[in-house]
Amino acid sequence: MRAYEIAFRGICQRRVSSLITIGAVALACSMLMLVWAFKKEAERSFAGANGGFDAVLGPRGSKLQIVLNGLYHLDESPGLMKWDDYEQIARFPAIEAAYPIAVGDNYRGYRLVGTVPEYLQNHYYIDSKQFELQPGGELFADESMLAVAGSLVARRLGIGVGDTFQPYHGLIFNENAIHEEVYTVSGVLEPTGTPADRVIWIPIRGIQTMSGHNPAAASDISAVLLKFKQGANMAGFQLDMLYNKQGNRLTLAWPANRTIIQFFDKISWIDKALQAMAALVAVVAGGSILAILYNAMNERRRDIAVLRALGAKKMTVFSISLLEAMGMTFAGVVAGFAVYAVFGFAVGEVVQRETGVALNPFSGNAAMIWAPVGMLGIGFLSGLVPSIKAYKTEVSKNLL
Amino acid sequence: MSLLSIKGLVKRYPSDSGAQIDVVRIPSLLVEPGEQILLQGESGSGKSTLLNLIAGIVVADEGEIVLSGENICALSESERDAHRARSLGYVFQNFNLLNGYTSLENVELGMSFGSGVDRSYAKNLLDRVGLGNRQSYRPEQLSQGQKQRVAVARALANRPKLVLADEPTGNLDPTNAKLSLELIQSLCSENGAALILVSHDPGLDDKFERTLELAELNQAGMAGAEGRSA
Repeated sequence: MRAYEIAFRGICQRRVSSLITIGAVALACSMLMLVWAFKKEAERSFAGANGGFDAVLGPRGSKLQIVLNGLYHLDESPGLMKWDDYEQIARFPAIEAAYPIAVGDNYRGYRLVGTVPEYLQNHYYIDSKQFELQPGGELFADESMLAVAGSLVARRLGIGVGDTFQPYHGLIFNENAIHEEVYTVSGVLEPTGTPADRVIWIPIRGIQTMSGHNPAAASDISAVLLKFKQGANMAGFQLDMLYNKQGNRLTLAWPANRTIIQFFDKISWIDKALQAMAALVAVVAGGSILAILYNAMNERRRDIAVLRALGAKKMTVFSISLLEAMGMTFAGVVAGFAVYAVFGFAVGEVVQRETGVALNPFSGNAAMIWAPVGMLGIGFLSGLVPSIKAYKTEVSKNLL
Repeated sequence: MSLLSIKGLVKRYPSDSGAQIDVVRIPSLLVEPGEQILLQGESGSGKSTLLNLIAGIVVADEGEIVLSGENICALSESERDAHRARSLGYVFQNFNLLNGYTSLENVELGMSFGSGVDRSYAKNLLDRVGLGNRQSYRPEQLSQGQKQRVAVARALANRPKLVLADEPTGNLDPTNAKLSLELIQSLCSENGAALILVSHDPGLDDKFERTLELAELNQAGMAGAEGRSA
């Protein structure tokens, strides 16, 4: 019977306390990995899910609100802006593409975004990727009563080409606020892993002229999404000066990525708090290992003395005790990966459902190395004290 | 050549007043290969200390203990551990089986630190102590007599040259005590192992080739052994 077999038997003998310790290690390890992975993955995914735009022009207000509303289809628009403003910036020489959007309605909680068909037809939302319709679908024309559903919406609501629906007023679903217009789904987008998946696209005139909307705002829009020409490095500065410094009606959110990164920086205290909590759980798990083995050592002094009397060396009983600590920690780390996989998948699903941004917590990150290694280190340190106690156990005094 | 040779052995422990007092002082003791010796003495006479000295669990302050040609007193702790695993079997009054391990595993534990686990031999030993059908039983599922038989099998697991038995019948009823004693003696004979059995039961004299009174052997005497368990 080898030392690791005796250690394993020791873990099994204290089944309940061992399981609690393994659970604590698993919780700490998975929390550390989850907090770290989602922070990094969220930053990467959100910054990368800018839809291929460099900037967003919106009504005077918060840049973050304009970006969240215009690119991520979250939050409300800070107000409305004139169609003329869209036409003006679209003519700016450094602008390669400008797409107006209008929001204000939903269908069963999924936002309707009005835009021009060119957006879905011509725009590259990632370097070389354009929106594609699933087979059998077609885009809407400017003045049509057709709609293109994002892949996530179509899946969640079970709608497809040929289905009809009536929009509801506002961004939050209220079944009493139904509009009288009837839209027909003409196409469903292939999944993009961007917020475009969780909205329903309709012609911009549809939002502007929806029954019940203010006729005076029938040409207003919510924002303009901007793509700069290659090499037009100064365009951002010029437009920033024009709209943000000199003007006072509109706000240019530029660069769009930086706005999101600044947002993550502002809420970094949340992941710091979560990391602190995870670290605390890790310390508690370490303490648990120490307490369990230390108490067990008191109960097992006779067993250790017997092993020594049978010829086990001091280092052997030291190793057995340390192997028990490391065994429990290792089992906890393995369980931690299982917890991480389950929660990672679940959180990823929730984030995609709520934001449309696809997170991939399984893409590999540094926490997957340092968290398990750190936990094994804690397990090792926690196992040292009881192992030294085992090492020092006096055989003659404990052999009854 | 003797299997065990003890010369000028002294072991001291501090008394309550802090002074060092002799617990064991044995000028000479020889044990021949295969010999079976009964060591008798009152409680506190230093019996267990002597066994622990022979086993290398306790270190002598003076003298030498030569077992199978090796002076245990000159070995390092690690070497004494290895020597104990290799050359000695130990039977305790309280059996000292490990809970959570089956009878077979307890015997195999006896091999783990010595000659290495030999499952067929461990099974064979359990057969020989009459517990072939109790191999998968844990200590709590065994009677006192059965536990002692497992302990005897474990003591012989490494084919030791010397078996030390410390009051092995002390916790058994008379019938089981008699059976266990016969078992220990016969198995030691079969294996060619010498036996030093410690007991304060006066009725065992006629069952051994040689009986030693610790009071005569140990010149430290009762006074020096005060406060020590034996």
